[in-house]
Amino acid sequence: MPAYTPPPLPSDDKRWKIVNGTMRKNGFARHALIETLHTVQSSFGYLDDDAIRFVALSLRVPLSQAYGVVTFYHYFSLKPPGKHTMTICSGTACYIKGTDKLLAAAEKKLGISQGQTTPDGAISLTAARCVGACGRAPVVLTDGELVGQMTSQQMIEQLERWAVE
Amino acid sequence: MTIEELDQIAEATRAEYAKFDHEVNVCMGTGCLSQHSDQLKDALAKQVEAQGKNVYVRRTGCMGLCAAGPLVLVDPEEILYQQAHEKHAEAIVASLGGEPVKELQCDLRDHFDQQVHVVLENSGQVDPEKIDEYIARDGYRALLTALSDMTPQGVIRQVTESGLRGRGGGGYPTGLKWGTVSKAVGDVKYVICNGDEGDPGAFMDRSVLESDPQRVIEGMAIAAYAVGASKGYIYVRAEYPLAVQRLQAGLRDARRRGLLGNNIGNTPFSFDVEIRLGAGAFVCGEETALIASIEGRRGMPKPRPPYPAVAGLWGKPTLINNVETFANIAPIIRKGGKWFASMGSDRSKGTKVFALTGKITNTGLVEVPMGISLRQIIEVIGGGVPDGHKFKAVQTGGPSGGCLPESMLDIGVSYDALLKVGSIMGSGGMIVMDDTSCMVNVAKFFIEFCMTESCGKCIPCRAGTAQLHALLSKICAGEGTMEDVELIEDLCDTVKSSSLCGLGQTAPNPVLSTLKYFRHEYIDHIQNKRCTAGVCNMKPAEQEVPA
Repeated sequence: MPAYTPPPLPSDDKRWKIVNGTMRKNGFARHALIETLHTVQSSFGYLDDDAIRFVALSLRVPLSQAYGVVTFYHYFSLKPPGKHTMTICSGTACYIKGTDKLLAAAEKKLGISQGQTTPDGAISLTAARCVGACGRAPVVLTDGELVGQMTSQQMIEQLERWAVE
Repeated sequence: MTIEELDQIAEATRAEYAKFDHEVNVCMGTGCLSQHSDQLKDALAKQVEAQGKNVYVRRTGCMGLCAAGPLVLVDPEEILYQQAHEKHAEAIVASLGGEPVKELQCDLRDHFDQQVHVVLENSGQVDPEKIDEYIARDGYRALLTALSDMTPQGVIRQVTESGLRGRGGGGYPTGLKWGTVSKAVGDVKYVICNGDEGDPGAFMDRSVLESDPQRVIEGMAIAAYAVGASKGYIYVRAEYPLAVQRLQAGLRDARRRGLLGNNIGNTPFSFDVEIRLGAGAFVCGEETALIASIEGRRGMPKPRPPYPAVAGLWGKPTLINNVETFANIAPIIRKGGKWFASMGSDRSKGTKVFALTGKITNTGLVEVPMGISLRQIIEVIGGGVPDGHKFKAVQTGGPSGGCLPESMLDIGVSYDALLKVGSIMGSGGMIVMDDTSCMVNVAKFFIEFCMTESCGKCIPCRAGTAQLHALLSKICAGEGTMEDVELIEDLCDTVKSSSLCGLGQTAPNPVLSTLKYFRHEYIDHIQNKRCTAGVCNMKPAEQEVPA
């Protein structure tokens, strides 16, 4: 069997080399699809059409299957994130302690609903299933950093700080 | 690596730490880290140097009492400090060898005395990224003993004798599962550790992986030896970055020490482990869906049989156990199956870790012997409901479990007892609710969860949960009728009995259990248009105005 030659990188952006590295590490096996998509998302922040096409082609996975995987898992995002991200945990413990009110307050403040980014691209608002820090509920992640026992006021202040940046 | 070499490492490590007058352990689990316990640790180390004391400052995993974090434990005096911050470092270091700092001291005897730590025996005691500290506490002794002195059948016999049942929620006897995989015919077999802890409100697995990753790796290696596998996968949620990081460090160290890789313990046994990241799908906790996800596909369950034990990952015989199950293996091999079986209740042996959260004073992680009453966990260990509120319900088993009222608190915690009263053991989430929670709303919350997490394969689950959600939303909005309740009960029955996997089969549990124990709240919503907890937003009933 001739050695497999993967397709050329889409551009000379260095991040593609990282993506390619993950695939090479897994011998360009089809089962490396999810691992590779993780690398794309952590390098680029989201998965755009070019990235999905490139990964599908490199791993010889049908494009429909790659797209199916991307849309099946909540962790993957098809849209670029804002400059800052406010993630509100909506796990049970946080819900019991009122993150639904936090979410409503943030939606009102930013004028967007969860899963969206403000029109100026400054702030994304997302809801997480459970980040496993239930002992500190209610919990939010400000740019990925975990903050426990959050109050509406604290959260709004954070959003205001981001808005003026 | 032989047992003698292991002993030498253990001796050397213990001697190293014996040089210090005190050991100051700083909790650096996710909970305490979010309150900057890393800065506290640095400050403590600086103070030790400044004050010229002979003290070792250690990073440890979770100490359990997340509510009171950041936590600091001073050994050998066993003094626990709560809510310790950077500014307290000077006082804490100055107090070593003298009187403890009174205002920070945490004196919760009731919380700790009732607990029995097997899975958590090293949590908060060892540095999770130092394999030698694990070895100093008898780590990897079980693996090397099994490899040199026991046959694979002997290992399975001990696990069977221990009565250990799967800690992921199903409660299937672990020894039986191992036996099936070991008897399955195949040149290649796999061991998978299920760390896809998707239950919202549960964080036992995260904590074990963050606090004592070597214990899970050792458990997996013993399992691999018993069933004849040479390759393992740990499937961890991508939402747990710290757990992934510590596992990676743990695997690297274990390979370096020759405890993973080829010819472990100078025997023909070879085993290595790879990490696979989950991508946020609750259904991937189901074993066939998890296997599909490792294979790089959508995580959709398959009908069983064939069970993964016969045809699992890439069609090969595969053993899948939960993180906590693997964490129990090393102590069982070290101390014997009989020792483990001496704890717990009749058909549920050993201990269980619970994540105690919600409206309760001492939120955090607790490990208790099976058979202990819910009341003892909630009122004594958990310290009861805070702020003068009244206990209303405890939810066990996550979205697949049920809500139990006050009258059920005296049952002993075991797989069978919880099932009998309409809930399940689940993976160990325990969420306490008080009078500010509306049970109809809670049922709606869980159904919404199952609705969005349904993989869409079977219609009863995909469409049934959506219909249930619509009906519950109607009741919460004050527009429900009594016929809706009948419809809900009928629909629950359909979803429960005709879904393929555990997600659909158990999705109606929160609705059925709240209907059983809190029916009056549903009736109140429908007939009086009233939500006593004040959660649901509904129009008040038109009151009759006396003429």
